[in-house]
Amino acid sequence: MARYVTSKLLYTLLSLFILITATFFLMKAIPGDPFMSEKEVPAPIRARLEAQYGLDKPLMTQYVNYLGNIVQGDLGISMKKLNQEVSHIIGQTFGVSLRLGLIAVVVSTIVGVALGLLAALYHRKFIDSTVMVLAVVGIAVPSFVLASLLQYALGLKLGWFPITGLKSSLGYVLPVIALSANPIAYIARLTRSSMLEVLHADYIKTAKAKGLKWPAILWKHVIRNGILPVVTYVGPMTANVITGSVVVERIFGIGGIGKVFVDSISNRDYTMIMGITLFYGIILMLARFITDIVYVLVDPRIKLTSGKEG
Amino acid sequence: MKAELGKNLIEVEGLKKYFNVGSGKVLKAVDNLNFFIREGETLGMVGESGCGKSTAGRTILRLYEPTAGSVKFNGTDIYKLSPNKMKAMRRDMQMIFQDPYASLNPRFTVSDIIGEALDIHKMAGSGGERKKRIEELLDLVGLNTDHATRYPHEFSGGQRQRIGIARALAVNPKFIICDEPISALDVSIQAQVVNLLQELQERLGLTYLFIAHDLSMVKHISDRVAVMYYGKMVELADSEELYSNPIHPYTKSLLSAIPIADPEIESQKKRILLSAEGGGPIRSAGEASEESTLVEVSPGHWVATPY
Amino acid sequence: MSNENKLNKQPLPALTAADFESVNVNERESEVIKRESLTAWRDTWERLRSNKVAMSGLVALVVIIIASIFGPWIAYWVHGYDYQTTDLMATNKKPSALHWFGTDDLGRDMFVRTWSGARISLIVGVAAALIDLLIGVIYGGIMGYFGGRVDTIMNKFSEILYAIPYLLVTILLLVVFKPSLGTIILALTITGWINMSWIVRGEIMKLKNREYVLASRSMGAGTGRLLFRHLLPNASGPIIVTLTLSVPNAIFAESFLSFLGLGVQAPISSLGSMVENALTGWMFYPWRMLFPAILISVIMLAFNLLGDGLRDALDPSLKNK
Repeated sequence: MARYVTSKLLYTLLSLFILITATFFLMKAIPGDPFMSEKEVPAPIRARLEAQYGLDKPLMTQYVNYLGNIVQGDLGISMKKLNQEVSHIIGQTFGVSLRLGLIAVVVSTIVGVALGLLAALYHRKFIDSTVMVLAVVGIAVPSFVLASLLQYALGLKLGWFPITGLKSSLGYVLPVIALSANPIAYIARLTRSSMLEVLHADYIKTAKAKGLKWPAILWKHVIRNGILPVVTYVGPMTANVITGSVVVERIFGIGGIGKVFVDSISNRDYTMIMGITLFYGIILMLARFITDIVYVLVDPRIKLTSGKEG
Repeated sequence: MKAELGKNLIEVEGLKKYFNVGSGKVLKAVDNLNFFIREGETLGMVGESGCGKSTAGRTILRLYEPTAGSVKFNGTDIYKLSPNKMKAMRRDMQMIFQDPYASLNPRFTVSDIIGEALDIHKMAGSGGERKKRIEELLDLVGLNTDHATRYPHEFSGGQRQRIGIARALAVNPKFIICDEPISALDVSIQAQVVNLLQELQERLGLTYLFIAHDLSMVKHISDRVAVMYYGKMVELADSEELYSNPIHPYTKSLLSAIPIADPEIESQKKRILLSAEGGGPIRSAGEASEESTLVEVSPGHWVATPY
Repeated sequence: MSNENKLNKQPLPALTAADFESVNVNERESEVIKRESLTAWRDTWERLRSNKVAMSGLVALVVIIIASIFGPWIAYWVHGYDYQTTDLMATNKKPSALHWFGTDDLGRDMFVRTWSGARISLIVGVAAALIDLLIGVIYGGIMGYFGGRVDTIMNKFSEILYAIPYLLVTILLLVVFKPSLGTIILALTITGWINMSWIVRGEIMKLKNREYVLASRSMGAGTGRLLFRHLLPNASGPIIVTLTLSVPNAIFAESFLSFLGLGVQAPISSLGSMVENALTGWMFYPWRMLFPAILISVIMLAFNLLGDGLRDALDPSLKNK
C-alpha cells in the first residue's frame, strides 16, 4: 500500500511539475515582454516585477527561481491589481467558491445516488425512464445555459430566488442547482448501472434465500457494493464543479475565484491567470490522487500487486 | 498403423518458453522439450489444462519467440530464419485452433478467411484462380461451396472448425499443429472432425502434432503420444505401449481418469491421485527447477527420471 | 392447459410403418444457409434502427447539419444579409418575418448567425474529434500492439499528461496563442487524444491474442495486415462510440472557452460565443440567448443519444452468437 501511495504521489507531482513548466514557458512565449500588455504598466510596478522575476537573468535562472517561489506558495504579483499578490487574492476569494463547490458536491452525491438507486430498484418502470431522461438532459445541457435559464425563469420572471449574489441562503439555490445538474446526471447513471449489476448478483439471491430482510439486504449488500464506482467520479466531479463555478459565478455575480479567473483572462492579467491555473491544477490533481487512494481502500477486490498478463 | 514412416520432419531440441509474471518470477510454460515427429506421423500431446501444451505448439510455430532451444523443420532451424525466409517457411507449417468461435475473424467472409493465406503468399494469380482454389478447399473439408460469401457467425461450431481446417490447408502445408481442435465441439461433431483430419492426412500426406486433453481421442488418432506435466515432457511412447504400459506416475494418474463405458469396471476402477509436490511452474528467476532427463526404458519408450 | 384438453378430445390414430417416409437427408444440402447474409455493420445498423431514442438523435443531427449548411444561404437568398451584415437601425429586435430569430446588439440577423455558429461549433467538435482519433489510434495502436516496455513507457507518459487538467492546458495555450479556429482545435486536441488512445490500446491488447490473429500470423501476415485488416476493424465499435461521444465534449469545451473570451473571435461566431455575447442584456432580449443555447443543448443531446445507442447496438453481450 505504501508503495502504491508513493508511486501515485510521485506521478501526481510529476504531472504538476509538467504543468508548472508549461505555464512558465508559455508565459515566456507571449510575444514581447509578458509584463508589457496593451496598457502601460506603471514604472514602480514594472521595476518590482522585473526585480521579482529577474527578467534580466538567463531563462534557466528565472525558471529555477519561479519553481522556488511556487514551492513557497508565492505565485507572484497581479499585473492589474496594484501591489496585490496573486496568492493573497486567491486566499481572499477561494472561501466563497469552496463553500459553493462543497455544497454542490454534497447535493450532487446525495441526489445522484438516490436517483440512481431509485432507477435501479424500479428498473424499466416509469421512475427509471424519467431518471434516465433527466440524466441525459443533465449531461447535454451546458451549465451556462442552465444557469441563465434558471436565472431568467425562477429569478427574474417568478421572483422566487435572488438573481445575483449569495447574500441570503436563498441565493445559494440557483447557483447550486446549476453547478450540480451535470454531476447529478453522471452520478445517477453510474449508480444505476452499478446497482443493477449488484442487484442481479448471486450474493443478493443468497441473501434473500437466507431470509435476510429486504432493507438489510439493500443497505448491507446493494448500496455498499453498488456505490463503489461513484468513488471514481470524485476526480472528474471536482473538475466539473470548478469549470461550472467559473461560469456560474460570472452569471450570478458571485465574487469567487472563478470570477477573478474570468476577469483576469479578459484583461490579460497574465500572472493572475498563471497563478489561478496552477491553483486549480493542484486541486484537481489532488482530487484525482485522493480518488485513486480511496478507491483502493474501499474496494477489497483490487490487490496491489504488479501483475502482468502472460 | 502406418507401415512406412519417413524421416524426421520436425526436431525439437531443448525448447524453453518462459513468461515474466512480474516481481522477478517467471512462468516456465515450456521447459526443455525434446522430441521429433516423423514425416506422415501423428504425435499426440496430452496433459491437463495449463500444462503448457498450447504454448509449446505456438512456440514450435514461432508464434511466440522461444526462450531457448531449436525447432528444425526438414533440418532447418526455424528460429534462425530471417523474417522473409520465415514467412516462406510458414507455408509448410500450419495450425488448427481450439476455439472455432475465436479463431475466425468475425468481419471476414469465409472466402476472405481462406483466401488470406493465398493473398499473403501471392499464391493465386487472378481473382478467378483464387475463387476456384477456395471452392476446392471448401469441397475438400466437406463444406458447401456457396458458403464462401457467408460470415463465420452464420455457421455451427463444427462447420467453423472445417473452415479453420480449410484455411490451414490453403498453403499446402506439410505439417499441421492441431491445438485441441475438437475440445470445444459437441461430442457428436468431434468424431466427424477427427475423421476428416485422418482422411486429409492420408490424402495429402500430412504430419500432425495433435494436442488434446482427451486421452481416448488422442489414442485413436496418434501413432505416438507425449505426456506433458507443468511444462515438461514426462513420458513419450507409441500410443499402444503408453496406454498398456504407463510408467510415469503422472501418466498412470491421467490414464486412470479415463472413464470406462462399463459401470461394473468403472465402479471398481481405482483412481490414482497425484499429490502436487514442488508446486506449479512459477519460480523465482534464479531458482532452478529440478533437472530431469528422459531415459529410454524400452525401444521408443521414454520416461522422465527421477519421478 | 386449454389447448392440451382440446387435443386430448381427439384420440390420435395408431401409427404404422407406412405412415413414415424416408426424407433422405443429404448432409450437404441440410447445411445450406437460407437466412440473408448480414455483415457485422448491417447487423449493427439494424439494431440501431430499432432504437428510437438513438435514431431521434441521428435524425436531429442530420437536420442540424443540413440547416447549418443551407440555413445561412437561404436567409441570404431571401433577405440579402449574411452573418456579419449589421443594421444599426434594427438592433435587439424580436423575432419577426424579416429576422426569423431576431437581431443582436449590432442588428445582425440571429437566424443566420445561429446556423453559421452551429456550423463553426460542429466544425470545431468534429475536427477535434477526428484529430483525437488519428493520434489516439496511432499512439494506442503502438502501445497495444507492441506491449511490453514500449507500452509501459508510453502508457506512463500518457497517464502523466492526462493528469494535467485538460481545460487548464487549453486555456493557457489560448491565452498565449491568439484564439483562432485552428489554434482552438489544436488546443482542444493537446490532451484530448489520450482517452481514445487508451480505448484503442485496450481493444488491441484484447484482440491481439485472439486465435484469428494468431492464425493470420501463422500464415505469415505482417504488422500492417494484422493492424489494418484484423485488429483495427474489430476494434472499430468502441472506437466509433468514443469518437461520437468526444464530439459533444469538444463542442462543450469550445463553448466554455468562448465563455472565457477565448473562443473563436469576431466577426465569426460559434454557438458558445453567441451565448456569451448575449449574456449582458439577456434579461431584456432573451431570444438572443435562447436560440443558440437551445441549439447547443440539442446538438450535445443528439450526439450523446446517438453515442449511447451505438454502444448498445455494438455491445456483443446483446448479440446472439
